[in-house]
Amino acid sequence: MPTTYVEAIRQGIWEEMERDPSVFVIGEDIGVYGGAFKVTAGMLERFGERRVIDTPLAESAIVAAAIGAGLMGLRPVAEMQFSDFISCAFDQVVNFAAKCRYRWGAPVPIVVRGPCGGGGHSGPFHSQNPEAWFVHTPGLKVVAPATAYDAKGLIKSAIRDNDPVLFFEHKGLYRRIKEDLPAEDYTVPIGKASVYRAGTDLTIVTYGAMLYVALEAAETLHQEGLSTEIIDLRTLLPLDDETILASVRKTSRVILLHEDTLTGGIGGEIAARITERAFEHLDAPVVRIASADTPVPYSPPLEEAFLPNAAKVLEKARWLCRY
Amino acid sequence: MAAVEPLDLARASRALADEPDPNAELARQFLYYMSLMREVEDRIERKLYRQGKIVGGVYSGRGQEAISVGAGLVAEADDVVFPCHRDMGLFFIRGVHPRQVFAQYMGRIGGLTRGKDGNMHMGDLRLKIVAIISSIGASVPVAAGAALALKYQGTRNVAFVFFGDGATSRGDWHEGVNLAAVQRLPLVLICNNNQYAYSTPLDKQMACANVADRGPAYGIPAEIVDGNDVFAVYEAARRATQHARAGLGPYLVECKTFRMSGHAAHDPGDYVPKHLWEEWAQKDPIRRLERGMVERGWASQADVDQTHARIRQEVDEAVQWAENSPYPDPSELLDNLYEPPSGAGGAR
Repeated sequence: MPTTYVEAIRQGIWEEMERDPSVFVIGEDIGVYGGAFKVTAGMLERFGERRVIDTPLAESAIVAAAIGAGLMGLRPVAEMQFSDFISCAFDQVVNFAAKCRYRWGAPVPIVVRGPCGGGGHSGPFHSQNPEAWFVHTPGLKVVAPATAYDAKGLIKSAIRDNDPVLFFEHKGLYRRIKEDLPAEDYTVPIGKASVYRAGTDLTIVTYGAMLYVALEAAETLHQEGLSTEIIDLRTLLPLDDETILASVRKTSRVILLHEDTLTGGIGGEIAARITERAFEHLDAPVVRIASADTPVPYSPPLEEAFLPNAAKVLEKARWLCRY
Repeated sequence: MAAVEPLDLARASRALADEPDPNAELARQFLYYMSLMREVEDRIERKLYRQGKIVGGVYSGRGQEAISVGAGLVAEADDVVFPCHRDMGLFFIRGVHPRQVFAQYMGRIGGLTRGKDGNMHMGDLRLKIVAIISSIGASVPVAAGAALALKYQGTRNVAFVFFGDGATSRGDWHEGVNLAAVQRLPLVLICNNNQYAYSTPLDKQMACANVADRGPAYGIPAEIVDGNDVFAVYEAARRATQHARAGLGPYLVECKTFRMSGHAAHDPGDYVPKHLWEEWAQKDPIRRLERGMVERGWASQADVDQTHARIRQEVDEAVQWAENSPYPDPSELLDNLYEPPSGAGGAR
């Protein structure tokens, strides 16, 4: 039976808790309620209050407590009920967790995970994609899976990692995406992108929910005789430069697609790396497609205008291939 | 760390008792660590900083030595401590050598951070000392997490977190205290209320009279002690620690003291009324301890002088060692940002 993206994450955490008694989960409404999106459903019954810790409504304390426990040798998995709320814990993430190893050699083996992303008419505070704030913070690892397979394999790698990992789950994928998963234990390495679809005429570099926008566009482009290669980054920090550059060298045309807003988004960083290291392979400008530079609006027509979609990608892709 | 006997005030007052008085031994430890802290910080602030040998800022705990030393000697080796920037005594008690501290301030590889960070921003997990971040108060919820781990692991250990009055204005101070209270975590909260946060006096910091007033709001015990009386700090820290070790949750100790310096070496503290400097100079915790020791017959003035002479010699040697410690090589810039790949993904 196919496993959904949300179930894959739940299974990944669950299996790590079975495997390693130092792994525990901490967050708001994660115990009795099972989490706002049910990622921790059933864990309280299986693992008890000691390892499934419902906290006061205080994101800074949640992340800080995870850091403190991590310093003492545990492997906490902290849930942000919505990734938007990680801004409340910003100091703890960027100043404490990210800098401990570099400053004084202390590993902080924590995972901070939560749902991100728009498309659900949830408005400015329950729809954001905050990854770029943290991609700009040396010492962190930032992961954003798009498939159920990767979500499970990456959450396991994140929990086993000895550095702080931020794990962004697109809430629009939770129950929409499903696939058959291996029965045996497996991990997906942090720091490796995947060539999700091979192609020759242009490359779309993307991650998270935008993978499916890229795929929809690629199907149409295929009917128009254009072959699209899709790179699913999976990890945003550290970036897998080699996979990106290899694809650009092959297709010579590239679209950088993300749901995060445009200015200061990770697309700008990737564009710079491509122009620095593969400029002579390019046949056309590097194109960014991202959400508009506004807060995430609530009303459906506004949110639709805000988000990238296949039509917007097709328009840019056709232009790029004519260039 | 030496084990210390319980304090017995009745016995302490028997100045001429024939048997060795455990309080006399405790007082000697207090005197050594408090004087060492004073000497090291004076050397840093009043000599090395002015000579341009300290590459960054200097924040001292002058006048507050009784707090980190009194509470620090209560902590056991497997307890974990979170010092703030006026708690150098804690480092020495737990086994950091003064030469490492000088090297730290000078940005040399002999410092605890090998030049990656400066001044009191240092720690060593082997010694169960967690390094602060500069936004003081942020350590409190992290210490709550460490206490959570100590409880989770089934130990009887506790976490000690140190902070000033200003830190208690910060949201994450409150988040940390609340989380620790709700979860009944073994956390000892030690406030050095030194009346000023940089230039901001207490009455612009909070509208309640005492930091300890905040304890009951979180359902935890809190007490106020004379922070310049090292025995009083020690006793209060012991009560707090017994409470935390017994599984009864966090305990707040507010140590009333005074910052006998500006905020940092660059700050003369002109905003402090002159009479406060004079009043608090009379309450110097080291002079006070020395007087008590001599009065009780625990030490002669010659013993006290000898302690200071020994410390000065230790410090001379430590400074020399630190000055001979090299600066880090620029090739170390990228080191230790992440775990090296060979260990990635593996169990610890």
